[in-house]
Amino acid sequence: MQLIHPVQVQIRLNALRDQDVFIHLEMTSGAYAAHNDSSKHPSATFITNARIRYAHGSIEGAGPYRVGLKTENGWVYSEGLTHWDENDTERLILAGHDAQGKLVVALQLSRQPF
Amino acid sequence: MANNILVILPHPDDEAFGLSGTLAKSIREGARVTYACLTLGEMGRNMGVPPFANRVTLPRFRKLELEESCRTIGIQDLRLMGYHDKTIEFEDKDKLDARILELLEEVRPGTVYTFYPGYAVHPDHDATGAAVIRTIARLAQERRPIVRCIAFSKNREEAIGLPDVKVDVRPFLKQKLGSIQAHRSQFQIPKLSPTELEDRFGTESFYTYKFS
Repeated sequence: MQLIHPVQVQIRLNALRDQDVFIHLEMTSGAYAAHNDSSKHPSATFITNARIRYAHGSIEGAGPYRVGLKTENGWVYSEGLTHWDENDTERLILAGHDAQGKLVVALQLSRQPF
Repeated sequence: MANNILVILPHPDDEAFGLSGTLAKSIREGARVTYACLTLGEMGRNMGVPPFANRVTLPRFRKLELEESCRTIGIQDLRLMGYHDKTIEFEDKDKLDARILELLEEVRPGTVYTFYPGYAVHPDHDATGAAVIRTIARLAQERRPIVRCIAFSKNREEAIGLPDVKVDVRPFLKQKLGSIQAHRSQFQIPKLSPTELEDRFGTESFYTYKFS
């Protein structure tokens, strides 16, 4: 994974719009959040291989980045993205890692299921 | 067969900190170990430092890491059970138990290692331990293997007391540290002196499960 290059990510977002794509969207505090620090609240959610179609999508901010995808009836939103896989030319793999390197958030788009 | 050990844990690396030294010791003493790992830990948050894996590639890395860990420990038989990380508690219990029963009938272990349900922090740990206990509890008493459970929740001592089995694994620290290091996407071993390493990793503790 490399640090996000927003211009390149925007090009990929444009290439995947107006078609059915599979999305993996995730946010997690980690299953051990409360075990490690009782003031923390463990929470996590993910949806994998849901189909969406967006007419417009963009990456915003100065890093960590935000991505918003405007779908027919709503939105997909993700904040805190820091890394992407520049070598994956078919799919868009975005993730946000915290200061310890742990994954906090992920947004992935692909024409094929993950 | 009394010398057969069956390990049932949900994630690659669950064996590393709490069990790898004990397994290496048993293997040295002639045991044959089957390790059924339920998932590939594909929802793990650690991707290496700096991150070299991502959500898509993580299971591939973790499978290789698990295989390396097993080689280091000397585990003869690794089974990847194909479940998805974070979902064990939602699986159909009858189907999950049936697969565990198949393993028990095939391996005929004298000892089974798993997590202590309710005292193992991660929902997958608790659900895995619960499935193992449920399945073994249904066996006739004389057919039940010894079940040794790993517990590490903060409330465990008030609830279930102190572990009754303590294993000195200091002679097997090489295998244990090798197992931990094999999981390089997940852990970085701190720089410690040999004495500090022994203090931190030299003992493994288990609760023998008491079937009522």
